[in-house]
Amino acid sequence: MNVWHFISSHRAEILTATREHLTLVVISMVIAVAVAVPLGLALVTHPRLRSSALALASVFQTIPSLALFGFLIPLPFLGGIGMRTAIVALVLYAILPILRNTYVGLTGIDPAILEAAEAMGMTEQQILFRVRLPLATSFILAGIRTATVITIGVATIAAAIGAGGLGTFIFRGVAMVSDAVILAGAIPAALLALLADFLLGLLERRLRIA
Amino acid sequence: MTETIIEFRDVEYRIDIRASHPILSGVSLKIHQGETVALLGRSGSGKTTMLKLINRLRNCTAGDLLVEGKSIGDWDPIRLRRRIGYVIQEVGLFPHFTIEQNVGLVPRLENWPTDRFYSRYCEVMQMVGLSGEQYATKYPRELSGGQRQRVGVARALAADPAILLMDEPFGALDPVTRAELQQEFLSLEHRVSKTVVIVTHDLREALLLGTRVVLLDSGRIVAEASSKEFLKLDQPVAREFIAASELVPGAAK
Repeated sequence: MNVWHFISSHRAEILTATREHLTLVVISMVIAVAVAVPLGLALVTHPRLRSSALALASVFQTIPSLALFGFLIPLPFLGGIGMRTAIVALVLYAILPILRNTYVGLTGIDPAILEAAEAMGMTEQQILFRVRLPLATSFILAGIRTATVITIGVATIAAAIGAGGLGTFIFRGVAMVSDAVILAGAIPAALLALLADFLLGLLERRLRIA
Repeated sequence: MTETIIEFRDVEYRIDIRASHPILSGVSLKIHQGETVALLGRSGSGKTTMLKLINRLRNCTAGDLLVEGKSIGDWDPIRLRRRIGYVIQEVGLFPHFTIEQNVGLVPRLENWPTDRFYSRYCEVMQMVGLSGEQYATKYPRELSGGQRQRVGVARALAADPAILLMDEPFGALDPVTRAELQQEFLSLEHRVSKTVVIVTHDLREALLLGTRVVLLDSGRIVAEASSKEFLKLDQPVAREFIAASELVPGAAK
């Protein structure tokens, strides 16, 4: 079966899957950013938590994605079949790149700038929010960009636990041994990833401070 | 002019209480209102540390340090630092702030009335020989090294502090720009009558800018003299400095 023929005849279905996919990614990224960025800020003022927080975030990264989805299914509240479980897993994956970049960005500031800020009588909070955070913005965005691209890819596996999205076509295609069906899911997913990478890259460059 | 504004009383500083070698020990020094004291010494002599004790970027581990008659431990560090201007060699301008925002930072932190920001900004920029209007919306990266250092000085002066601490302020500049800024600093000193403590490893600079030179060696004050008397000192470390800077003994500035 011809790929383009399949895609054009299933346009509506593919569009719906793409929308589901995007919903999964956007919700997951919003939650991941809301968790990882404040956590990164907290690590600057509580350096003792740093290694354990980064280690915990790394552990989630090492669990194979399919296994993580599987582990989450039996859990109460977070688990089950469907979108909610998928979002939990995607958030766990996205946290590490954002957290790591946030922390590196916040702590990798020219010591002379921090010394000047301290000597001018800025409080720790003021230094964090008025100096460190704005100077770390492009770093944080780079982390969000990496995490988004990863999440778009991993989200295809969410179809395995009934969360929908473009993975639906991929799993169906694997079952049917049909390249055309696999590609009907894989091509839009790849395009989404490229588009997200491009747009976030644009934003990152815009916000970079020379 | 003889009122003491900063007083070191047998001050000691160690990075770690258990460390065997203190960075500073037995340091006693009175700094009077309106004078410019140059702390001279080799790298690692403790001169920068001595400066950082004054605005509590470091805390003395023994002895006492009085600023405006009040023990350093009784000062709220934030309040203390906002009353003391600080200039460093690397300048440390905030790259994400415009020149106006950089200079106006302490007045803003101190909640000055908004209408005073800009006039004060223009005033201090003029003091360091820059047009406030021309630079207001520029960012530090658009400035040359000399201009950045001038802005650094303007920023330190913005909230009109009584004390100005300067750590090798002109060390990173080319010789011509450095000489230019030193001259401007001298004329500025006459106009604003601040108490200035300046750290340098350059005897010429110490003699040129300081009304008094305090020589440090391995964490101790080894000599102290007015800049006119310094070249007559017999103290060995002082002689080394004099010999190394190729200044003819007795021929002060």
